[in-house]
Amino acid sequence: MKPEIQPAVRKAKPAYNSAMPPRAEPDTVASGALPQTAARPVLKAQAKNLNFYYGGTVQALKNINLDLAEKQVTALIGPSGCGKSTFLRCFNRMHDLYPGNRYEGEILIHPDNINILGKNVDPIEVRMRISMVFQKANPFPKSIYENVAYGLRVRDVKRRGHLDDKVEEALRGAALWDEVKDRLPDLAFNLSGGQQQRLCIARALATDPEILLFDEPTSALDPIATASIEELIAELKQKITILIVTHNMQQAARVSDYTAFMHLGELVEFGDTNTIFTNPSNKRTEDYITGRYG
Amino acid sequence: MEPLYTHISQQYNAELEDIRSKVLQMGGLVEQQIEQAINALVRGDTALGEAVIMDDTKVNKLEVTIDEECSQIIARRQPAASDLRLVMAVIKTITDLERIGDEAEKIARMAVRLAGEERPKNNYAEIQALGNHVRQMVHDALDAFARLDVEAAVRVAREDIKIDHKYEGALRQLITFMMEDPRTISRSLNVIWAARALERIGDHARNICEYIIYLVRGRDVRHTSLEQIEKEILGREKTH
Repeated sequence: MKPEIQPAVRKAKPAYNSAMPPRAEPDTVASGALPQTAARPVLKAQAKNLNFYYGGTVQALKNINLDLAEKQVTALIGPSGCGKSTFLRCFNRMHDLYPGNRYEGEILIHPDNINILGKNVDPIEVRMRISMVFQKANPFPKSIYENVAYGLRVRDVKRRGHLDDKVEEALRGAALWDEVKDRLPDLAFNLSGGQQQRLCIARALATDPEILLFDEPTSALDPIATASIEELIAELKQKITILIVTHNMQQAARVSDYTAFMHLGELVEFGDTNTIFTNPSNKRTEDYITGRYG
Repeated sequence: MEPLYTHISQQYNAELEDIRSKVLQMGGLVEQQIEQAINALVRGDTALGEAVIMDDTKVNKLEVTIDEECSQIIARRQPAASDLRLVMAVIKTITDLERIGDEAEKIARMAVRLAGEERPKNNYAEIQALGNHVRQMVHDALDAFARLDVEAAVRVAREDIKIDHKYEGALRQLITFMMEDPRTISRSLNVIWAARALERIGDHARNICEYIIYLVRGRDVRHTSLEQIEKEILGREKTH
């Protein structure tokens, strides 16, 4: 007897069944604690049970708990109106400039463990330690030199030689020195967009801040200027803790060590950037970073 | 039915669906190649063997096409999370499928070579048994890919161990034949090559199962023992 090969499965076309593509878990509660990795990051700042209300009524942040690792870049991503810029601005008390805004909870800065939202803390002092760079470059209508020296003058630094040194150091730190060293008295507005943004970074650096906040720093810049800002961020993190809000997901993936995804005023997921962009655990995060409608 | 992909960009949905279905198309073709190569060998069918050799170019072309589409998706869409894992898994899967195609081609070449020789009394029973098992494994691996079924992928990966045992059994049998009757040595050596090709196909099918686990769970289980994979993947499954 001749055993024949059994046409076991199918003869013509395969009948593979299809299924939904894999998706992350549906909603889980986000922990804003730093992931426990081999790197052992040092804690620089902590938001604890942070709520924020615009005009005393509209709640823009809902019980945010988030840790910032020292000398690392943390990116905040999320759709428009999710509260990421609101959160960023809490870090240098920007919201104090408008009446009726209200904070609850605390933001602790380490190692001294000060709650920067505390009533007894001077916002000006906070802004010396925590500087901010905005979406649109906003140099003062002054010379390049005076823009950088401004924060120091507010701090009553008067010695000319010392001022010069600090201005040069800040401009070098912002990778702008070589381009402007021969035209320091020129009006800042004469610089290109990318240069103006780096000037704002230099201005922020002049007061030797511990934390630097970036609110979509490259959304108005071309790809070359964007690349130079991103390169700068990579250099700055040798010395400074950085928190950056960006709409550009690839930018968050490129520059950050940790990524926090916010949605509707809540922190949805927080983790190291590699994990968030390859294997997020929350479905809302996955939908957002892959460009799906949730 | 809910659409497979729900990106805001419909074009992106279509592109991902397209590479996925092309992998299954390539898988179907490869399965057919294995089946026909074995049939050619068992029946001594030279024409069928030559058809398999010819058709390997179709498999190769599909590999190139899918690779090209994947690189375009990476360049144009910068896929992330599960989309990224899909593209990565597809690129790896088609490499293994292409190699399975090459192994089938090897078997077909043996079939053409053996067709002129005297047929063994057992009518290549060892190749038939091994071949059926291997083809079923490839089919199940592709089915698990289509359904994104992690449990099935782990089950299919385990089949590779059985196939290795069957291969060793076939080897022992062929060695016995050769010792009993040295005139069969030349033929038996060719049969060993075919058996070896089938065993390799089992390894490639196992690789595909590992990519499925990566795609669905985001966990790279290459170079991990099967026991470890079962503990991690199925163990975690049970806690749900």
